Amino acid sequence: MLKKNLKMAIPYTIPVMLGYLSVGMAFGVLVVKSGISIWLGVLMSLFVYAGAMQFVAIQILTSPIHLIQVIFMTLFVNIRHLFYGLSFIERFKRFGVKKQYMIFGLTDETYSLLCGITDKSEDELEDLYFIITLLNQSYWVIGTLIGGLLGSVITFDTTGIDFAMTALFVVIFIEQWLAADKHLPALIGLAAAMISLKFFGPEQMVLPSMLLLFSALLFLNAKVKGGESNG
Amino acid sequence: MDKIIAIIAMALVTYGIRLGPFILFGGGKQTPEWVRSIGGVLPPAVMGMLIVYSLKHIEILKVSSSLPVLIAIAVTTVLHLWKRNNLLSILSGTAVYMFLVQRLF
Repeated sequence: MLKKNLKMAIPYTIPVMLGYLSVGMAFGVLVVKSGISIWLGVLMSLFVYAGAMQFVAIQILTSPIHLIQVIFMTLFVNIRHLFYGLSFIERFKRFGVKKQYMIFGLTDETYSLLCGITDKSEDELEDLYFIITLLNQSYWVIGTLIGGLLGSVITFDTTGIDFAMTALFVVIFIEQWLAADKHLPALIGLAAAMISLKFFGPEQMVLPSMLLLFSALLFLNAKVKGGESNG
Repeated sequence: MDKIIAIIAMALVTYGIRLGPFILFGGGKQTPEWVRSIGGVLPPAVMGMLIVYSLKHIEILKVSSSLPVLIAIAVTTVLHLWKRNNLLSILSGTAVYMFLVQRLF
């Protein structure tokens, strides 16, 4: 059963494997080079499990910073994840204890993969979701470990391999575009991010784009509903 | 400050954020209508945002920075519309991008 599920799940996760192994390795290398124990790096990949935040964490752990600041920093960097669960509330209600882990593992990439699965029956989804989430985190942890252990020994030029993440988002974007009858939400997402990038810069864009995107969707939703009750 | 305590704080806050919607709307009650409709339109919007987010360090006005991205996205898109094979599109796009940034630009 597990073998069959693994066989079904692995192909979905290969793009994330490329990205997580390489970015995880970059994280591992940076951890060791910053003078932090590799085991703290692995601990973070196991229990924090948030890409961008863990890179910020390296700075946090190497500077004198107050706990309150750590909490707020984490909130700001990861707050976009607050919205991801909204897409799975109904579905996860039917799932057993495994859903606790799936919620913990709801990263950008895992969210994208799970949203992208449209050709499976409801019964298959629980195990498939679980294994995909687990595989993704394994790649991340293994990448961290390899990076921390091998560090500068690695000679293979991996420059640009992180484009796998962009390509993954592009492919899922296309799939959802082709499946949707309205394209405004997709365009709102692109526009909200571009506007925020322009006005807030690359380091500060996440929160404004999420807020912009979310309020635009709420507005759209209210307008559609208003239209329905009027007509 | 103790590193372990900082890591525990980061872990708890991150999990708390991801758990938030399930605590707010995941109980026995019916999920509010607006949450369900937002949940439905969120994935395409978030995917659009993540594309831009993953390219946030690209300098649009610098050809050597933006052209490889544009070409690789074009390859990914065309290949995907043609074959509809996720893995093929992603691997090819990534290979093209790596080749461009390592050898040409």
